Amino acid sequence: MTTLSELPVNTITTKDLWMHAHRQMVRIRLFEEQVNELYTRALMPGLAHLYVGEEAIAVGICEALDKEDYVTSTHRGHGHCLAKGASPDLMFAELLGKEAGYCRGKGGSMHIADPATGNLGANAIVGGSMGIATGAAFSAKHLKNGRVAACFFGEGALGQGLFYEELNLAQLWKLPVIYVCENNLYNEYTHYSETTAGDICARATAFGVKAETVDGQDLRAVYTTAKQLIDRARAGEGPAFLMCNTYRYTGHHVGDINREYYRSKQEEQEWKSTRDPIKLHVEWLIRENLADAATCDAVEAEVREEMKAAVEFAIAASYPGPEEVEKHVYA
Amino acid sequence: MPDTSTRELTFAQAVREALAEEMRLDARVCILGEDVAEAGTPFKVLSGLVEEFGTDRVLDTPISEAGFTGIAVGAAMTGLRPVVDIMFGDFLTLTMDQMVNQAAKIHYMSGGKWRVPMVLRTTLGASRRSAAQHSQSLHAWLSHVPGLKVVIPSTPYDAKGLLKTAIRDENPVVFFEDKMMHHKLKGPVPTGEYTIPFGVADVKRVGTDITLVATSSMVQVALGAADMLAEVGISAEVVDPRTMWPLDEKTLIESAKKTSRAIVIDEGYGRYGVTAELASVISEGAFYHLDGPVIRMGAMHVPIPFSPPLEDLTVPTEKTLFAAAQKLCSKS
Repeated sequence: MTTLSELPVNTITTKDLWMHAHRQMVRIRLFEEQVNELYTRALMPGLAHLYVGEEAIAVGICEALDKEDYVTSTHRGHGHCLAKGASPDLMFAELLGKEAGYCRGKGGSMHIADPATGNLGANAIVGGSMGIATGAAFSAKHLKNGRVAACFFGEGALGQGLFYEELNLAQLWKLPVIYVCENNLYNEYTHYSETTAGDICARATAFGVKAETVDGQDLRAVYTTAKQLIDRARAGEGPAFLMCNTYRYTGHHVGDINREYYRSKQEEQEWKSTRDPIKLHVEWLIRENLADAATCDAVEAEVREEMKAAVEFAIAASYPGPEEVEKHVYA
Repeated sequence: MPDTSTRELTFAQAVREALAEEMRLDARVCILGEDVAEAGTPFKVLSGLVEEFGTDRVLDTPISEAGFTGIAVGAAMTGLRPVVDIMFGDFLTLTMDQMVNQAAKIHYMSGGKWRVPMVLRTTLGASRRSAAQHSQSLHAWLSHVPGLKVVIPSTPYDAKGLLKTAIRDENPVVFFEDKMMHHKLKGPVPTGEYTIPFGVADVKRVGTDITLVATSSMVQVALGAADMLAEVGISAEVVDPRTMWPLDEKTLIESAKKTSRAIVIDEGYGRYGVTAELASVISEGAFYHLDGPVIRMGAMHVPIPFSPPLEDLTVPTEKTLFAAAQKLCSKS
């Protein structure tokens, strides 16, 4: 699957962009559908943290980045990885601990990394990648290679002190890094209002960092705002903070089924029925005559086949041999 | 003709020379830390580097150890070779997520796809009357973590050769310097280019009756004790592992087999410290050659006190080592 930046420049039209973004969101949605299936069928070891409901953020940001630009991700990282251009077959292989996976089966769901798409890695320490993303921006500035780093994290990471150290350094050194806060309302099993004092964006602006807030369910809002912030960072004007308001459709992880003690089914249903990023985007595509319903259905059918084949590839793939356990401790 | 001449340098001068040479050779090498530029660090180890390499390559940071160590991790992954300066080893605690969960794991977790070629330079050692939060020797903590390499030089010669190797290494390397040695310890350093490989111990003094395995500041203590032992007719061999990981097990075991007695001495806390690991390596490798148990000597299991007579009690000395060695030799 190509990312937008890989298409020849003269072929990019607005329609291509929005259709490509649509396909990417559908890929994330259907990828996660398969993850849920693999996990509940006990084929997937470990933990699975689904991104369903938040697709417009990963896609909106990554469509605005170049292929060479960097991203860092979180424990809920499949969406960022796919949006940056990763291949689902190698991702599923990694999720199942197979040698064909992105990390030879040694990273798993929470650690997928892919230098070919600038993915510096998902990170299972909440807020743990903020230094890495800022460091990538530091080297981009130092080496003058024009790259930008996007650092994805959830609102739960706002409690980590590292974030404020990195905001301070990034602003002092005018580093090309975008801190993308995905506020899905819940720090694991706790509403963010119970953990987060004051105004979130004010935390960034206190350091002089430019901050914007967008509707994270609106792909076009995320993309266009991200594009401005990325262009600005690339031009040497420094870091930015982008707050994306969103919602996590499922539990903290796949096993988090009975969650009424922290949020209602009614709340979940309202977001799914009225605020779904894919539905909203399809409605807009049809309204603007960029696509019809049949075209969008065809995209979904194609992606469904792609995911089915990718899962089959991963299930058939081999586990790493015992000789692999001591490889790659040191370079 | 290779330049084989030497001159006397202090430990700090040797460290500075290694950094300057590597920065001249490789434009990717840069230094990050508190007061590293014009101040040259409070220990004055880096004086003069900013004048030659500028503030783009020698960067003063905020007092933000986790922040700039994290930046070094990301920068190392994406094309630079950063050297981080953590003023006191005690402040390593603030970098632990970045070093232990990030830098050490990234190569493995990515199946070998990303590399983290960075160096974290820091200090260890008591005796400076700096009390419990500025006197610890925490090299055991980092030696415990797979994915990190840990260097602990004891002479200016070793410091220069090992630091150059550390900067050229493709992995995260933690480099411990005893802060009391920076300006007090002088030694011969070749004028010409040289490096020292990791995982090769150095026999600092050859002997036949007892092996003293010593690290960092304790090498001088061991050499002093060896002089005292010689006066009572005991010939001590002093072995310096130089790197905690990779560890040259062979040289330690061979020396203990030869002398049949061993004491391991290190400035870190004795309990659960590196002495436990080194003593275990010797015990397993040389058990049937030993005339007695391997003795461990480290710092007392107390926070390092401020009061000078109390602080002096906490760290092994030539006298305590001499007494322990004499006792081991007389018993066996």
